[in-house]
Amino acid sequence: MKKKFSIFAALIMALSMILAACSNSGGSGNSGASGEDDNSGNTVGGDKVKLEIFSWWTAGGEADALKALLKGFEEKYPNINAVNAAVAGGAGSNAKAVLATRMQGGDPPATFQVHGGAELFTWVDAGKMATLDKLYEKNGWNGVFPQKIIDMNSKNNHVWAVPLDIHRGNVIFYNKKVFEENGVQPPKTFEEFFAAAEKLKANGVTPLALGDKNIWPATMLFENTLLAKLGPEKYAELWTGEVPFDDPAVKESADIFKKMLGYINENHASLAWQDAAQLVIDGKAAMTVMGDWAEGYFVAKGWEPKKDFGWIETPGTQQSFMVINDSFGLPKGVENPDAVKKFLSYLGTKEAQVTFNKIKGSIPARTDVDKSKFNVYSKSTIEDFQAAKENSSLALSLAHGSAASPGFLTKVNNAVNVFVTQQNVDQFISKLKQASSLLGK
Amino acid sequence: MQSVDTNNAANTITKFNKKGSKPLSRDRWLAVLFLLPSLLLIAVFVYGFIGWTGYVSFSNWNSLIPDLSFAGLDNYFYIFQTFRFQSDIRNMIFFTVFFIAVVVFLGQFLAILLDQKIKGESIFRNIFLFPMALSFVVTGVVWRWVLNPKTGVNLILDNFGWTPEWYTNTAVVPSWDIFQIQFGLPLALISVIIAAAWQMTGFSLAMYLAGLRGIPDEHREAARIDGANERQVYFKVILPQLKPITFGVIVMMLHISLKIFDLIYTMTGPGANFVTDMPAVYMFNATFQGNFYAQGAAIAIVMLLLVAIFIVPYLIRSRKGEA
Repeated sequence: MKKKFSIFAALIMALSMILAACSNSGGSGNSGASGEDDNSGNTVGGDKVKLEIFSWWTAGGEADALKALLKGFEEKYPNINAVNAAVAGGAGSNAKAVLATRMQGGDPPATFQVHGGAELFTWVDAGKMATLDKLYEKNGWNGVFPQKIIDMNSKNNHVWAVPLDIHRGNVIFYNKKVFEENGVQPPKTFEEFFAAAEKLKANGVTPLALGDKNIWPATMLFENTLLAKLGPEKYAELWTGEVPFDDPAVKESADIFKKMLGYINENHASLAWQDAAQLVIDGKAAMTVMGDWAEGYFVAKGWEPKKDFGWIETPGTQQSFMVINDSFGLPKGVENPDAVKKFLSYLGTKEAQVTFNKIKGSIPARTDVDKSKFNVYSKSTIEDFQAAKENSSLALSLAHGSAASPGFLTKVNNAVNVFVTQQNVDQFISKLKQASSLLGK
Repeated sequence: MQSVDTNNAANTITKFNKKGSKPLSRDRWLAVLFLLPSLLLIAVFVYGFIGWTGYVSFSNWNSLIPDLSFAGLDNYFYIFQTFRFQSDIRNMIFFTVFFIAVVVFLGQFLAILLDQKIKGESIFRNIFLFPMALSFVVTGVVWRWVLNPKTGVNLILDNFGWTPEWYTNTAVVPSWDIFQIQFGLPLALISVIIAAAWQMTGFSLAMYLAGLRGIPDEHREAARIDGANERQVYFKVILPQLKPITFGVIVMMLHISLKIFDLIYTMTGPGANFVTDMPAVYMFNATFQGNFYAQGAAIAIVMLLLVAIFIVPYLIRSRKGEA
């Protein structure tokens, strides 16, 4: 009898194994679909050359902007089919993982979105990129992109990528109606910020919306306090190791960061940045600190700049401009490098930069475009960018991979995640200090 | 995998024919032929890659540029010293224990209820089984919103004056300070356990139901004739016979819970203060977002060893059972 049972149990086990296998193949069905896209990007289907454009622009305004860009390109080059191969996930948290696997596996997309600065340089150092010096010469780009932005895309005296857009990372977006109802003015200093936050909190409104399910929005908040307390020059020296992380100003910014965390929404760990922006739209929260892709989100949701929402630089960073720059480069070993170069050339044109950035809520990397085509928010950002360029107070974003290597950023993100809950400043500083040994790499 | 095997089988047969082989009886010769492709594939794609991962975990490959110089146990020492990995181990232990307990008891309980020859039994059975047809990714997204403290189920619970924080809760109970972390059950994990149990209870229900159906009615009748009441029939006669099923369920659930990734990744992410982080999530972050390939490999090997501790004795036992 007993034997019968064990046979029976074994049968059930076998059945369940098969079931488990089925559910696995069901899961991989999704990735299978994207796998097909991968293939179509690299093979030449019929007469049309296919290019796979890899990015993480899948949300609201970003996706529309990319679509418009690809449409504009295909009108100009009807023989080339630019395929949208975007992978969802804010700040590219998922896309970068997919990209790393593909690049390591020798299956690069035709071109991919990358943040100028350290993130791009990891690919350059790994010998995975082809230089674009000639393309810059041919298109005469050296004069039209600001030198600082070209520097972000250059290493070892070669330039490696074409900047498509510039985002600003040090902006507070606020709900105008909520501010008016509570008699609060946009805060310019930390004192004003905390006074306003206190007032809002007393009236039952969440002062600051944060969505750090993926941790980078919290890291952005921290880097903005760093920029405020250190100023653009010292801030830049953090990433070269000239200013250590146990500098008193760093500790001071950690203290302020900690104080700010006292005014965020309770469910921050369950939200993405869009959800946090939605809290502001719904009037449940008053402000959110985000890059100006949030502006694209607000507009996509039918909000009007200056009427429904206002914006101001994060406290103490009025003179600075936290640059987040999306660029596209040419990986080595792609099948149709000439077609990719055509696409990259197109990205550098005034037409492409206006089409794309107008929808996305970012500003063109070129400084010679007609800014009358942009909305009131972008116009003001373009002006601030010009001013910051002249004062050389452009700062590179850490949270978005421009300031330091992905390895360092991962460690900082881990430290920030712990800090948001434990709020132990000394421990946080010592973790940053420990991670800073990775800065050179 | 299986379909690949059969496709390749034909190719290998022709290759094998050309080469010729040792004199074997026709039957054994065929058996070897049919097994060879899958053996080769498993050797390369399972054991070969496990070996490669192990090799990488002892190297200095912690950037995009492969650096396979020998680093000894550095990567292992490093991960065990991080707050995050210590949290992961804690979370894994508590998640595994509670998840398996819930799945076993709930599955057993529901199976006994369903075994009462009630009307519409197949409807109930299907209802309980349906969640299993979903991928963990779907479950994760759904429960992320159901248990979101500001929306979802709290909108109902609010009427009763109770609004739990679910997976955004950062409390750990009880919180003994061990190494860098607080040891105990992170309350945020309860939400994840609910979601995982929701998905997998149907499986254990099916196993137990099949087990119950396999017990001949004579056993119950005999017990009743001997004067046992219904409770005694279940606790003394039926349940002891379900032991092999329980064992099977535990082993199946164990390897799911020790390797869990997709549910966590879509539902909560690492969580504030890493209260819902798991080794697999850390491995993904370290390897593909931080480019710490060697550290990621070290985490993978630790996970493999943990699973092996439980699975290998089971395999040995079941082998003995066969012989």
